[in-house]
Amino acid sequence: MWCYEKRLQYPVNISQCDPKLAMVILSQFGGPDGELAASQRYLSQRYTMSNHKVCGLLTDIGTEELGHMEIICAIVHQLTKNLTPKEIMESGFQNYYVDHTLGLWPQSAGGVPNTAMCFQSKGDPITDLVEDMAAEQKARTTYDNILRLVHDQEICDPIKFLREREIVHFQRFGEALRMIQDDLDPKNFYAYNPSFDPTPCK
Amino acid sequence: MEGAVNKVDVNNRAKLFQCITATSFVMDDLRLFLDTHPMDKAALDYWEKIQRVRNEAVKEYTMCFGPIYSYDVNSKNKWTWVEEPWPWEGRC
Repeated sequence: MWCYEKRLQYPVNISQCDPKLAMVILSQFGGPDGELAASQRYLSQRYTMSNHKVCGLLTDIGTEELGHMEIICAIVHQLTKNLTPKEIMESGFQNYYVDHTLGLWPQSAGGVPNTAMCFQSKGDPITDLVEDMAAEQKARTTYDNILRLVHDQEICDPIKFLREREIVHFQRFGEALRMIQDDLDPKNFYAYNPSFDPTPCK
Repeated sequence: MEGAVNKVDVNNRAKLFQCITATSFVMDDLRLFLDTHPMDKAALDYWEKIQRVRNEAVKEYTMCFGPIYSYDVNSKNKWTWVEEPWPWEGRC
């Protein structure tokens, strides 16, 4: 069960709207390496994770990703507040606007709708954790790409915070992968799937 | 003797957990009602009453059996958050 706390994990207070940047940052809401996909990936994978502690890690990182999705949405919302039709046309925001007005909708910067096809829940702990580590790096690269385009401190700050969290999560998933491998046959990590096959007698 | 103590413990645990589940749901449902009826005196009184019961139950459960909310983890020497079974494991 989840409990909502009426606060952002990192504050967002943007005074200048910028629909062009909003369109780019929106990708971290609904894009292939965005926070929505991240949260659903980890929260889906945890049911068949063979290690008890790693179940906790997936729950806690998955939960944090929901908080990150909220930060991204807050940034996009503040960047598109009080836009005039003229500003919408001049910034190229009209294609998004015509379908969603100023509502938040999970899509990539290129307009591709969010889909579960951008993550996997494979039911194999090694496979899932390697996917998770890659996902954190892909998100980190996306934040690096965004940071090259952003110069306003008010936008940079929360984006830099989110980028750092990707690195922390990558580190923790690396440790989780080691914990999983410690439970397996050291001569052959792939001899069986601990989440499916019966554990062989030693 | 030890078995008897354990049994009492387990019964108390199940009872406490059931109390948390029930009072939490009452509050989940009341929350929605109060969102659209923020001045309803009867609902507000009920909220306050059930909140007291839930707080007590959560406090006692956390102290005796471990945390159900990660911000409440209170452990000096050992991280207890990942110790007890996860809810989807079908125990508890």
